[in-house]
Amino acid sequence: MSFGQIGYDVAHLLGGGVLLLSFVLLYQRRIGAVINAFAMQGALLALAAAWAAHTQSAPGLYVTALLAMAAKGVLIPLALHGIVRRLDLHRTVETALGIGPSLMAGVALVALSILVVLPATEGVRALARENLALALSVVLLGMLMMISRRNAISQVIGLLSLENGLILAAIGVAGMPLVVELSTAALVLMIAVVAGVFAFQIRERFDTLDTGSLEEHRGERR
Amino acid sequence: MALQWVIVFFPWAGALALAAIPDLRRATAANVVVSAGTFALAVALAVMPFAEHGWTRTDALNIPFVLVSAFVGLTTSVFSAATLDQEGFDHWRIRAYHAAYQVFMGAQFLALLADNLGVMWVAVEIATLATVSMVAVHRTPAAFEAAWKFFILCGVGIALALFGTIVLYLAAQPLLHEDAGLSWAALMQVAARCDPATLNLAFAFLLLGYGTKAGLVPLHSWLPDAHAEGPVPISAVLSGLLLNAAMLAVLRAKSIVGANPGAIAPGPFLLALGLASVLLAAFALWRRADARRFFGWSSIEHMGIAAFAFGLGGPAANLAGLLHLLGHSLVKSAVFFGVGRAAQAKGSQKISDIGGLVATHPALGWGLALAIAGLAGLPPFLLFASEFRLLSAAAAAMPWLALPLAFGMVVALAALITVLQALCFGPPTPDAAAAPDGWREAAAAAPLWLHLALAAILALAMPTALAAMLMQAARVIG
Repeated sequence: MSFGQIGYDVAHLLGGGVLLLSFVLLYQRRIGAVINAFAMQGALLALAAAWAAHTQSAPGLYVTALLAMAAKGVLIPLALHGIVRRLDLHRTVETALGIGPSLMAGVALVALSILVVLPATEGVRALARENLALALSVVLLGMLMMISRRNAISQVIGLLSLENGLILAAIGVAGMPLVVELSTAALVLMIAVVAGVFAFQIRERFDTLDTGSLEEHRGERR
Repeated sequence: MALQWVIVFFPWAGALALAAIPDLRRATAANVVVSAGTFALAVALAVMPFAEHGWTRTDALNIPFVLVSAFVGLTTSVFSAATLDQEGFDHWRIRAYHAAYQVFMGAQFLALLADNLGVMWVAVEIATLATVSMVAVHRTPAAFEAAWKFFILCGVGIALALFGTIVLYLAAQPLLHEDAGLSWAALMQVAARCDPATLNLAFAFLLLGYGTKAGLVPLHSWLPDAHAEGPVPISAVLSGLLLNAAMLAVLRAKSIVGANPGAIAPGPFLLALGLASVLLAAFALWRRADARRFFGWSSIEHMGIAAFAFGLGGPAANLAGLLHLLGHSLVKSAVFFGVGRAAQAKGSQKISDIGGLVATHPALGWGLALAIAGLAGLPPFLLFASEFRLLSAAAAAMPWLALPLAFGMVVALAALITVLQALCFGPPTPDAAAAPDGWREAAAAAPLWLHLALAAILALAMPTALAAMLMQAARVIG
């Protein structure tokens, strides 16, 4: 498969769409919009998985697609909206790094992942390696979101979108064994993280992650 | 079902049963019974010949760790039976605690025994999930803080490890059979012919990912807090077992990359992370006021020493690293038994609130003193043997690196001795709780002494079969 063939082009389009939504996540200022953008990313990832199932004739990937659509497109976003409402969190995103600088850092990370992945995978088929570059970009942007946002909900969404990148990488590798099991296990981890937000609901913890307020718990000598 | 799977599913079945027992006494007793059964299975597994079986394998590298894990799991369950009433759990938490304990044990064995790297990843994830809930179980702000940090950092860590696993498969894909998949044995066979650049990329992610779980600097910050909150037995198994499973995953990745002549040498990365861990932890130890966080930091130091040994490579240093991991499991869980019991007796885990244990609780105090001395690398315990072997191997291969390593060890030793004197000797501090009845006090102290005895026996007179197995493992890692 190469450029100009429908299987390749659609896979790229969907992968690129997931990456684009990672940028959308970075520039939202309202927490509700961040959650919606994450839901879109989940839905697009599900489409990418379904397309991979179709082109690779791997019916197992339809399961991955279905789970991604149900969990990331619908259930997790609904749960996150519920948490924001119930805990009455700040509706604006508190940034540790401004929107402009984070977008620039995001572009730099995408460039970095292309520069790292493409030369490192010369022995691999074109689609898989370009897909891997897209996936690594999504992973890195998820990490960037985790460190550049102050409140815990945004950090959780950063982690969830990082995991979207992992699934994107896994579905791009045609013939990988256990891919359905692994993606399901990763999804369980992410659901547990969201459940953790529910279970650990302490107002002051989730309003801010200002590290100054945590010092007293660190057991340092004074 | 093959024994490799029985030892995984037996604790998991036990977890189901334990989740149904609300009574403290019966649940703790049943927990000991399940752990004892698991230990018997581990011994049976150890005497069987090595084999590959589906997604699992037994080899010289993992069997010693399976044995030590089952042993520590058993002694920790005894300690837990003697002291769990002090945690003040209601019946829901008693159920959740015991179920999580056995889920963790099963996942630990699966992580150690997995041949398939995907299965290994899932096992490490399950172990993490089981322990996170236990770190948060006391529901104090500090416990939530610790659990949250543990969850988020290890979540990122294992996500990176999965990415590394995918890239590793991508590197080997053209050379593998359809169903050989992520098998470590199959990957080892084709490793030499894989694309070296792709292997490098995979190793970077696997090292960062599993390195987070092993508590290597700079991804260590979850570790001290996770060890300081939550029930004491969980600290013992986190430090004694989970770190080993993560380090073993790093070693499996290292052996694959090391088998490819064109790929980057994995050693220097481990050396750098290990040395950074030793030096940072050695100085951080001096700033701790909380006894359990102090020993959490000491785990970072010891994981650093082991990583340094594996980074150095070669049979001698690898053997030192393996001995160090085993010795650390035994001695560190012994220390957590002692410190945990002392913190319960004194009603605080601040170092300044615990003092003069030797005078007020002789069995506990002397045991803890010996365990901390063992942790500091003093003879006659296993950590002395491993550190001595490591330093001599390092001095022979890279004298300039042996110097900062020895410096870090000495700084940590001084910090440990200072804390030893504060906790065990010094003026006694008043007890907060009334002393429990005699058999409980004995059952709480017995695991500590048993671990010390075993650590000393392994150092002075290691069984030849085990020694031969470890030598073989040291060659496998490369």
